[in-house]
Amino acid sequence: MSNIQQALKERILVLDGAMGTMLQAYKFTEEDFRGERFKDYPTPLQGNNDLLSITQPEAIKTIHAKYFEVGADIVETNTFSGTTIAMADYQMEDLVYELNYQSAKIAKEVADAFTAKEPHKPRFVAGSIGPTNRTASMSPDVNDPGYRAVTFDELRIAYKQQIEALVDGGVDLLLVETVFDTLNAKAALFAIEEVKDERSIDIPTMLSGTITDASGRTLSGQTAEAFLISVSHIPLLSVGFNCALGANLLQPHLEAIANKTDFAISAHPNAGLPNAFGEYDETPEEMGEQIEAYLKKNLINIIGGCCGTSPEHIKVIADIAAKYKPREFIIPKEAGIL
Amino acid sequence: MSEPNNQKRVTAHQSKYMKLSGLEPLVLNENSNFINVGERTNVAGSRKFLRLIKEEKFDEALDIARHQVDGGAQIIDINFDDGLIDGKEAMIRFLNLIAAEPDICRVPIMIDSSKWEIIEAGLKVVQGKCVVNSISLKEGEEKFIWEAKQIKRYGAAVIVMAFDEVGQADNYDRRIEIAQRSYDILVNKVGFPSEDIIFDLNIFPVATGMDEHRRNAIDFIEATRWVRQNLENVSVSGGVSNVSFSFRGNNGVREAMHSVFLYYAIQAGMNMGIVNPALLEVYDDIPKDLLEHIEDVILDRRDDATERLLDFAETVKGSKKEAGADLSWRENPLQDRITHALVKGIDAFIIEDIEQARQEAESPIEVIEGHLMIGMNVVGDLFGAGKMFLPQVVKSARVMKKAVGYLNPFIEAAKTEKQEPVGKILMATVKGDVHDIGKNIVSVVLACNNYEIVDLGVMVPPEKIIETAIKERVDAIGLSGLITPSLDEMVYLAKEMQRQNFELPLLIGGATTSKAHTAVKIDTQYNNAVVHVNDASRAVTVVGDLLNKKTSHAYVAKMKADYDEFRTKFLKRGKEKSYISIAEARKRKYKIDWETSEIVKPKELGVQILKQLSLKELEPFIDWSPFFRSWDLHGKFPDILTDEVVGEQATIMYNEAQVLIKDIIAKQALKPKAVFGLFEANSINEDDILVTKKGQDPFVFRTLRQQLKKREGIPNHALADFIAPQDTGKTDYIGAFCVGIFGAQELAESYKAKEDDYNAIMVQAIADRFAEAFAEYLHKQIRTKHWGYAADEDLTNTDLIKESYKGIRPAPGYPACPDHLEKETIWELLEVEKLIGVKLTESLAMWPAAAVSGYYFGNPEAKYFGLGKITDDQVTDYATRKGITKEKARKWLHPTLAEE
Repeated sequence: MSNIQQALKERILVLDGAMGTMLQAYKFTEEDFRGERFKDYPTPLQGNNDLLSITQPEAIKTIHAKYFEVGADIVETNTFSGTTIAMADYQMEDLVYELNYQSAKIAKEVADAFTAKEPHKPRFVAGSIGPTNRTASMSPDVNDPGYRAVTFDELRIAYKQQIEALVDGGVDLLLVETVFDTLNAKAALFAIEEVKDERSIDIPTMLSGTITDASGRTLSGQTAEAFLISVSHIPLLSVGFNCALGANLLQPHLEAIANKTDFAISAHPNAGLPNAFGEYDETPEEMGEQIEAYLKKNLINIIGGCCGTSPEHIKVIADIAAKYKPREFIIPKEAGIL
Repeated sequence: MSEPNNQKRVTAHQSKYMKLSGLEPLVLNENSNFINVGERTNVAGSRKFLRLIKEEKFDEALDIARHQVDGGAQIIDINFDDGLIDGKEAMIRFLNLIAAEPDICRVPIMIDSSKWEIIEAGLKVVQGKCVVNSISLKEGEEKFIWEAKQIKRYGAAVIVMAFDEVGQADNYDRRIEIAQRSYDILVNKVGFPSEDIIFDLNIFPVATGMDEHRRNAIDFIEATRWVRQNLENVSVSGGVSNVSFSFRGNNGVREAMHSVFLYYAIQAGMNMGIVNPALLEVYDDIPKDLLEHIEDVILDRRDDATERLLDFAETVKGSKKEAGADLSWRENPLQDRITHALVKGIDAFIIEDIEQARQEAESPIEVIEGHLMIGMNVVGDLFGAGKMFLPQVVKSARVMKKAVGYLNPFIEAAKTEKQEPVGKILMATVKGDVHDIGKNIVSVVLACNNYEIVDLGVMVPPEKIIETAIKERVDAIGLSGLITPSLDEMVYLAKEMQRQNFELPLLIGGATTSKAHTAVKIDTQYNNAVVHVNDASRAVTVVGDLLNKKTSHAYVAKMKADYDEFRTKFLKRGKEKSYISIAEARKRKYKIDWETSEIVKPKELGVQILKQLSLKELEPFIDWSPFFRSWDLHGKFPDILTDEVVGEQATIMYNEAQVLIKDIIAKQALKPKAVFGLFEANSINEDDILVTKKGQDPFVFRTLRQQLKKREGIPNHALADFIAPQDTGKTDYIGAFCVGIFGAQELAESYKAKEDDYNAIMVQAIADRFAEAFAEYLHKQIRTKHWGYAADEDLTNTDLIKESYKGIRPAPGYPACPDHLEKETIWELLEVEKLIGVKLTESLAMWPAAAVSGYYFGNPEAKYFGLGKITDDQVTDYATRKGITKEKARKWLHPTLAEE
C-alpha cells in the first residue's frame, strides 16, 4: 500500500483548487508568457498556461504553496494541456516532455518542503492529464458522423509521452480529469497501463469525468453509471466528477456512482455555475455548505475544487473535510501479472 | 423472450456480476433474465446485412442495427468476416457511425471476428464496455494470453470458445476440460476479471440422423450446468438456431425446438445468447404431442427420437403468412384508376397512369384539364359533402402535385400554354410570427382547387406583402398569425392596403384571430372585403364567392353588413362588464397563509441545459388532441380514433404520424433542446416577483392582476400571489424554462422539395406536439427531480393533460400572463438564445416555432387562471413598474384592455 492509499484510508483527502483562476490574478502579458527563452517564438503564447511552469515557475510554485498552506493534501501539476495534441495550438509539440517534467518537478519540490515541515501530513502531487481538445468517439463534422479528428492510437501515444514525463518528474499519482469523452479516457488508461507494465511500477490513478447536461450524461452521451462501467477495468485509486457544474448539481451524479463502485470517490466541482460574464462567483462559504452535504451523506474520499475556486475555498473545504470520516472503499489490488 | 425466463435456474457460483455499457449500463445480477444478443448486424447472420455492406450502403445497414435494438436486443453482435469485405475498415466505419446514433449505441456492442486485428480495431473506437467475440486456445496458450491481456487493457468482456489446440469441444468432457483450463489461465495468469468471462460451449445440431450427434443438445446443457456451478462468476452463451439446423424450411418445428432447448439450457445456467425472437415459440403454446417429440430429441430420451420427430414434422405447418394490400382497383379503366389514386391519396402508381394518359392524349395539358381535373372534382365534391376530411385532401394534393410535376416538362416542350388558374392568392404569416401550419393547409386546399398560390412564408414584412401583391397581380391576400401581436400586424396591413387604394379581398386566419377582432379592428380599416376564415374547409367557398365576378359584389356587401352588425352587438356586450381599480384589486388578492404554507427549496438552484434527450423519451408525453384539431378533426384522443364521423380518418392520420415519428426518431431529424433554471424569489410591491440569480443584479417578473368585479370572497388573481412576499422574511422560489424542437423547418422543406406538402405539414404538427410534450416532460422532471417538491408523484399522461399535478407552468402570452414582453426577461435570465438557440422575433414569437417557454410556480395553491380584461390604471402602473412608455405598454397589452 502506497503512502497515499494509507492516507486515503484514514481521512478525506483534499485536492487543490483552480490553477487558471489563480494565474489570471497575475495578469501575465504576452512577454511574461514568453520569458527570455521564447521571446522570438513564432506563435502567440499568451494563454498557454502550461508554459508558465518554464517561464514563470515562481508563480506556479507560489500557487501550489498557497493550496498546501490552507490544507490541501494533493496539488495538481500545471499540465492540463500537456499533450502534443493540445500543444499543437501553440506549435509546442516538441516541448511536451519538458513541460510535464518541469511542472512535476516544481510541484514535487513544494510538496516535499511541506511534508518535511509537517511529517504527520504528507503532501502529494497528482500529474494532471486533461482531455485534449479532440474527441475520439464523436465527429466534429455534422455532415460526416463517421469522421474522427483523432484516433485512439494518436491519443494513446500522446498520453504516454505526457505520463512518462510526469512520472520522471516525480509525481506521486496521476489524475485523468475532465473526461468528456470516455474513449479519450480509455486511451489515457491504456497508456498508463503500458507505462506501468514497461517500468514494472505501480502508479495510483484518479479518474474524473465531467457531466455537462441536465440529463446527467457526459458530452459523449454516457450516463454516469455507464461511464463508471467503461473505466472500471483498470485498478483506480478513485473515480469521480469535476468541472462543468457547481457542487450541488454534481451531487446526484456522485450518488449515482458512489454505491456502484468499490473505488474511492472524488469530486472537484466548480465554484457554482458561471455568471453572465463567464465568471464563477460562489463564495467559499456557499460552496462549503453544499460540499458538507456530500460529506454528511458519506459520499466522498477526495474533495477539491475546479474552475473559480481559490485557496479561500479550499480552506473552507479542508476545514469541513476534517470533521468527517471518509467513505468506505476497497483499495484495488493489482491483479496478478505473468 | 417470454417463457424460458420464468423458469427456475441452476444456483450458480457467483459473487460478482458482469457489467457492460453502451451509453447506458447493462448490469447483470442474480435476478437477470436471459440476455438477448442481436445478430442481424452480422454478415454471417443476415444476408441482407452482407449485401448492404458489400454495396457500401452503411445508412441502411444502420437501420438493421436500430431495428435490432428496437426489437429488444440488449447487446448487438457486429461481424464483418467475409472474403469480399475489408473487415477492419468496415468495422471501424460502422462502429463510428453507430456512435453517432444514440438510439443504437445505448446498448453494448459485441465485436465479433475471428481476426484479432479486426477485434482490436473495434475496441479502439467504442467508448463503452464491449464484449469481444471471441478468443480460444485454438492456437495455443501464448496467443490466448496475449489477446486476453490486451482485451483487459481495452476494458472489454470476452467470449471464450470451447476450442483448443486439439479442436472444438463436441462432448461433455471436452467442454468442461477446455472451460476449466481457459478459466484458470484467464483468472490466475492474466488477472482477467472472472465476471467478464463468457463461455460459448458450442451448440451443435441434433436430429441429423447421425448417432454421434444425438447428445449434442444434452451435452451442451449439462456442460453449462457444470460450468456455472464450478467456474465462479462466469456467464454461458451460445447461438441457439444451430440446434435446429436439420429442420431448415420447417419453421414451425424450429421455433418449438428453440423454445424447448432454451427452456432446459436456461435452467442449467445459460444466461445469454443469440436468439432470433421471430423464430421462437412460447413454450406453453407448443402442442403436447410436438413437445414430447422435441423433448425426446433435445434430451436424447429415445433411440428412435429423431425418426419419430422427422415423421411428425411432416404434419407441422410453417407459422404465419402475410396478407397483401388490396390492389384490385388496378384492374379498372384508366380514368377510374387516376380518380381512385387522387381520392385515396395513393401516389405509388400515379406516374405510370399519367404516362399512359399522356400517350393517349393529344397534348399533355389535356391530361391535367381532363383526367386529373375529373379526379380532383370528385375530391372537391366529397370534401364539400363532408365525406372527405382535410388530411385526405392534402394527400390528394400530393398525388396531384406529383402528377403535374411529371407532366410539366412535356408541357414546356410542347410549348403549349399552361392551364390558366382560376385565381392567384398571396399567402403570408405576418411579420414577427413564425406559425404556418394553418396557412400551409389552406394553401394546399386552395391549390387543389386550381388556385395559384404565392406563398411568402413566415415573418413577412408588410411592405413585402404589398409589393408582391402588386407585382404578381394577385386576386386576394391571405394573412395568418398565431400570437397576439400578429393581430396588430394585420390591422396595420389593412390600413396600408386602404392607404394604397387596394381593392383585393383580405382573408384573415390563424389561431389568435377571431371574428370579433376581424370585425372590430380590421374590417373598419379597409373599405373592401375582409373575411375571417378560420376553417380550412371554408376557404374554398369563401375565395370562390369573393373571386366570382358575378357574385363577388353581393358577397362583399353581405360580409360588410354582417360584420357591422356583429361589431355593434359585440361592443355593446363588452360594456356590460364592470371593473374595479387596480388598488382595489390588490386588496382582494389571493392570500396564501405563508406561516403554514410549505415552501420546498429546489434540490438544484441555477441554470441548466438539456440537449441530449431522445425524442423517444418525449413520445409518451404527447397530447394528441391538438394534433387532430390542426387538421380540422375534432374530438378528444383516444376517443377520436373510434369516433363515428372522423374516427377512420383520425386512425389513419394517427398511424401515419406514428410512422413519421418513428422515422424522425431513427434519423434524429428533430432535436429537442431545453434550458431551465430555478431561483430564489420573493414577491414585492404586490404584483412583482424579484428573482435572484447568483452574481447578477436581481431580475423582476412583472405580473398582471385580474380587475373584473367579482362576488365578495372571490379573489382577483395575479401570479405574484403564489410567491411569498419579501416582508414575510421567507425565501421562496420560482423557475423559468424554454424548450424548443429544432430541425422541423428543414425537414418540412425537404418534403416540400419533393412536392409532398402533406408530410411537410405533418412534420410541423408533430414538432409542435413534441415541443408541448417536452414542456410536459420537463415540468415533471422539475417537480420530481430538479425542484423535487413532488418527488413521489405518479401521474399518467391523461392526468398530465388534465393538469392534475401540483404547481403550474404559465407561459407569457397565454391567459394568466398575456404580456409577451415578459419573455424578454426569461430570455435574459436564462440566456436562452446563447445556451440553446431559441430566438425571439420582433413580435416576441419564438423561433423555431415549435417552442414553449414559461415560469414554474411550485406552491400547492398555485393554479391556472385567465387574466380577463384590465383597465387603464393598471396599464399606467404596469408601464411605470416595467420602465416602459405607456404607449408601448398599451401596444402589447391592448388585446386585454377593457376599453377596447
